[in-house]
Amino acid sequence: MLFDWFTFAAQLVNFLILAWLLKRFLFKPILEAIDQREKLIANQLHEAEESKANTGREFERFQQKNSEFDRQRGDLLTNAILEINAERQKLMEQTRVEVESLRLRLQESLRNEQLNVGSEIIRRTREEVFTVVRKTLDDLASANLEEQMTTVFIKQINELNSDQWGMLNSALCKPGGEIYVRSAFEMPVSQQIAIKNVINGNFKLLADIKFETSPQFISGIELITNGYKVSWNIEDYLISLEANITDLLNQRSDLMTEKVS
Amino acid sequence: MRISPDEMVFFEYGFVKINFTIVTTWAIMLFMVIGSILVTRKLVIKTKISRWQSILEMVVTGIKEQIEEVGLHKSKTYIGFLGTLFLFLFTSNLLTILPVYEPPTSSLSTTAALAVSVFFAVPVFNIMEHGILDYLRSYVKPLPIMLPFHIISEFSRTLALAVRLFGNMMSGVIILGILITITPLVFPIVMTAFGLLTGSVQSYIFTILATVFIAAAANETETEVNT
Repeated sequence: MLFDWFTFAAQLVNFLILAWLLKRFLFKPILEAIDQREKLIANQLHEAEESKANTGREFERFQQKNSEFDRQRGDLLTNAILEINAERQKLMEQTRVEVESLRLRLQESLRNEQLNVGSEIIRRTREEVFTVVRKTLDDLASANLEEQMTTVFIKQINELNSDQWGMLNSALCKPGGEIYVRSAFEMPVSQQIAIKNVINGNFKLLADIKFETSPQFISGIELITNGYKVSWNIEDYLISLEANITDLLNQRSDLMTEKVS
Repeated sequence: MRISPDEMVFFEYGFVKINFTIVTTWAIMLFMVIGSILVTRKLVIKTKISRWQSILEMVVTGIKEQIEEVGLHKSKTYIGFLGTLFLFLFTSNLLTILPVYEPPTSSLSTTAALAVSVFFAVPVFNIMEHGILDYLRSYVKPLPIMLPFHIISEFSRTLALAVRLFGNMMSGVIILGILITITPLVFPIVMTAFGLLTGSVQSYIFTILATVFIAAAANETETEVNT
């Protein structure tokens, strides 16, 4: 028998039952599991995307901070270099001023020392020259130095050139003027008379000449009247000597200063 | 020679007959239901799953995608019916490797029952989807004169489904029986393997045709509703 109605009906029912059972125990659980897992994966992907986006934002923020930091560091470095340069310039200037001050003080010190040494040399030279001259004159002419100086002074008056003579004459002839003769020593009367005679004789005067002793003189005689002066003084020679020695000392001082610089 | 397993009757009481077809069907049902309960017992929803679950999901997803490819977009509605149809036919045919086994699908009663199930499934799903009025209206479209042709079409395709599956499966069994009688060595094994292939293809074809019928009716009704 090819077809059986009972079998047909039974198989129909069997199949429907099987369909319901499989839907209940197979397809539904599996599809739900797939759906849930897909949802889970979708969530995870979404979270991963968010995380990636956050990471991107964090990375951008980090880069921004980094560039800001670089810029600030560059600014600080530039400022530091500028401050260091300024400080160096300031210190250099300060040092230069101090060196200049020291150099000036050294120069001043050298100059003072030079002056002191010069003064001492002048003083000693004068004393020595005077002693030597005095001794020489004593030894050679049997006359003391004062007499020789008086003789030289008188000779100087006699040998005045015309201009000097004219100027002295006009000074002597002014009314009310005192005539002083100053010397470093107490001049003997004979010498006073000799000088008085020479002046009055040469300039046709009868003037009263006053003789004074000036301790500032080392050795010499000077005639002063109405602002005009005729003198013979060993100091003139000494001044010349002093000038020469001063020049010599100045040259040495310059050499020392150059070495110090 | 026994053409159908219906002829092997174990118990008979009046109209009621418990034959080999029904018994094997129950066995297959029991096997499938218990197997389903066992395999879905330890389903996990984590991203890492077991190989068995992966295979299971591949099978179910494959059936679902086939249904969607044919044109039924709400595949979850149809997978219970169509998936069961395919798995039942496939399992029935696969078990032919067992000795003394005869697939219930080699019984015309079984294939006819399955075809009638499809016959009724088409309007049931269509009515569930679009309502009874739209479904009935589709029989008189585009013209009322088409009504008898639609009805003939419904019956003829159901008959075609039933006879096609029955013919293929029954012929396979009969050919195998004949070959065992003639050449008992080697050749029956080849034919059994060939029968497995044929059975699998027939399972696929039957299911796809059922899906196409349901999809065609559903889409036809949908198109007409839209126009």
